[in-house]
Amino acid sequence: MSGSRTFGALLFAALACALLFLTLPIVAIFADTSPGRLLDSLGDPAARDALWLSLRTTVIALAIIVVVGTPAAYMLATRDFPGRSVVQTLIELPLVLPPAAAGIGLLAALGPNGLLGGWLEDAGIALVLQTAGVVVALVFVASPFYLRQAEAAFAAVPPTVMQASRTLGVGEAGTFLRVAIPSARPGLIAGGALAWGRALGEFGATLMFAGSFRGVTQTVPLAIYDRFATDFPGALALSAVLVCVSFALLLSVKLLTGRGALGVAAR
Amino acid sequence: MLRVEASTRLSDFTLEVALEAPAGRCLALAGPSGAGKSTVLRIVAGLLRPDRGRVSCGGETWLDRERGIDLAPERRGCGYVFQDYALFEHLTAWQNVAYGLRHLPRRERRREAEALLERFGLGDRAGARPRTLSGGERQRVAVARALALRPRALLLDEPLSALDARTRASAGRELAAVLRAAEVPALLVTHDFAEAAALGDRVAVIDAGRVVQHGAPEELAATPASAFVADFAGAVVLHGTARAGSDGLTVVELDGGGRLSSTDAADGRVAASVYPWEIVIEPLDAPRTGSARNRLVAEIVSVTSVGGRVRLGLSAGQPLIAEVSEAAVGALDLRPGARVAATWKAAATRLVPGY
Repeated sequence: MSGSRTFGALLFAALACALLFLTLPIVAIFADTSPGRLLDSLGDPAARDALWLSLRTTVIALAIIVVVGTPAAYMLATRDFPGRSVVQTLIELPLVLPPAAAGIGLLAALGPNGLLGGWLEDAGIALVLQTAGVVVALVFVASPFYLRQAEAAFAAVPPTVMQASRTLGVGEAGTFLRVAIPSARPGLIAGGALAWGRALGEFGATLMFAGSFRGVTQTVPLAIYDRFATDFPGALALSAVLVCVSFALLLSVKLLTGRGALGVAAR
Repeated sequence: MLRVEASTRLSDFTLEVALEAPAGRCLALAGPSGAGKSTVLRIVAGLLRPDRGRVSCGGETWLDRERGIDLAPERRGCGYVFQDYALFEHLTAWQNVAYGLRHLPRRERRREAEALLERFGLGDRAGARPRTLSGGERQRVAVARALALRPRALLLDEPLSALDARTRASAGRELAAVLRAAEVPALLVTHDFAEAAALGDRVAVIDAGRVVQHGAPEELAATPASAFVADFAGAVVLHGTARAGSDGLTVVELDGGGRLSSTDAADGRVAASVYPWEIVIEPLDAPRTGSARNRLVAEIVSVTSVGGRVRLGLSAGQPLIAEVSEAAVGALDLRPGARVAATWKAAATRLVPGY
């Protein structure tokens, strides 16, 4: 009799452990930060600069990811071409790349002495230690989250639905815009939210590639790290703000797309 | 006139067909699942490019591999009803129907779509999303959408197979009316010979990528060219008018005389079908015992051996086919001109809506 009850207790204990461990740091951030302290930290110009920079760079990065990533993911999902699975793997590479390696890689590719450095310099484009560099780092680390999700969402659209659109006189591009994107919308939104969340929290690659200059490249995660040694309560307050923003993001996606989107996201 | 001539390699065999359907006529492509029937529709619509072949419709060449002509699907103007209906789930019923009408101003688009839905009895469902519609309603939206652009050819892929038996009867009647009114050639794919016979003016039986026989439905049933067609097209089809009988059975008054009973429920015009091997042949003076409720007096028209079995062509007001053993032919002295009784059970009599 006690076999199944013991197992049930075991499952319960495992879930309780996981939940406790995962939420404890978040609880701690808010436990140590009174609402007044939170508002005070927002009054700090350096914190405001960081928040504003984070918002700007992540939104630009997300826009680039969506504009380029959506057709790219559509192609991956709907066309068969030689080397398709290799391309899929390469696109997912940044997911497993250590952030420090990503930063070094970006420097080696786009830095002053990098692969394309001379070419960028000739074109008058400066990325290192610039806000544009932050955006580059964000796009690099966050785009696989969107691409993967968008590809899965497009692959789930029945081929006959797109063929129906073609027989109704609408060309390939029109079908992509009028049928594929609306049909895949929940998955696309979920992918965008994941990518945005990842970009908001991005730290390592940004630090190595773009540095940490207040107002130019110091995003919220970098500002938290900057304060951590000198102003621990300030770092906590800024962390609390970031947690709030991320949580609001997750929640609004959940509300916007219903259960389906996160079902896809969970895959 | 729609002409298709195509050859293309599929995974298990090579599809090799040459078919044509005149304007206003429906050619039914019948055959088992995986025979390549839907592939023919995809080739006509431009969704699949065959290795070799030509497709033309109304004097316009849509595909000619040799001359390098291959019109994109959106330029062919085929009204395609997909097996799963392929409705746009993010649009309402009327928006689905209006999807291809981009050349019209928005208000007219809506009016046109709603008028079409009205014609299919869906006037009050125009604003509904596909997922809230029943199977029969989804099928009608799909047909209305295919008709909205005034297509140059109609392509229907198993348009009734996703429906339950009751809905299928009324949907079949509606579809027959649509096909009758259509002034363009139509190709209809089905794995059900009775459906092919009911909806198609002509039937092409396809097996493993080849057209094994081609003709009017009665011809195929009466003189099957092979054992495959005999088994597939085997069901005898008798036309008549059905009404509920007093004993829970349906009574069918046959065109040209005679009466049948069936366990299937139906009302109005029907096609009654029975397999030739369900029919028992008896001498006219045999005592009426047993459970067979249906008995027609018939004259033997033909006696044909088909691989160990003998097919009897009978005339009983309408043509009828029975299959008996070689031994029975000798024992009962079955030969052309003889008169016999053909009997079978009400439970072996299928009723499908007739037209």
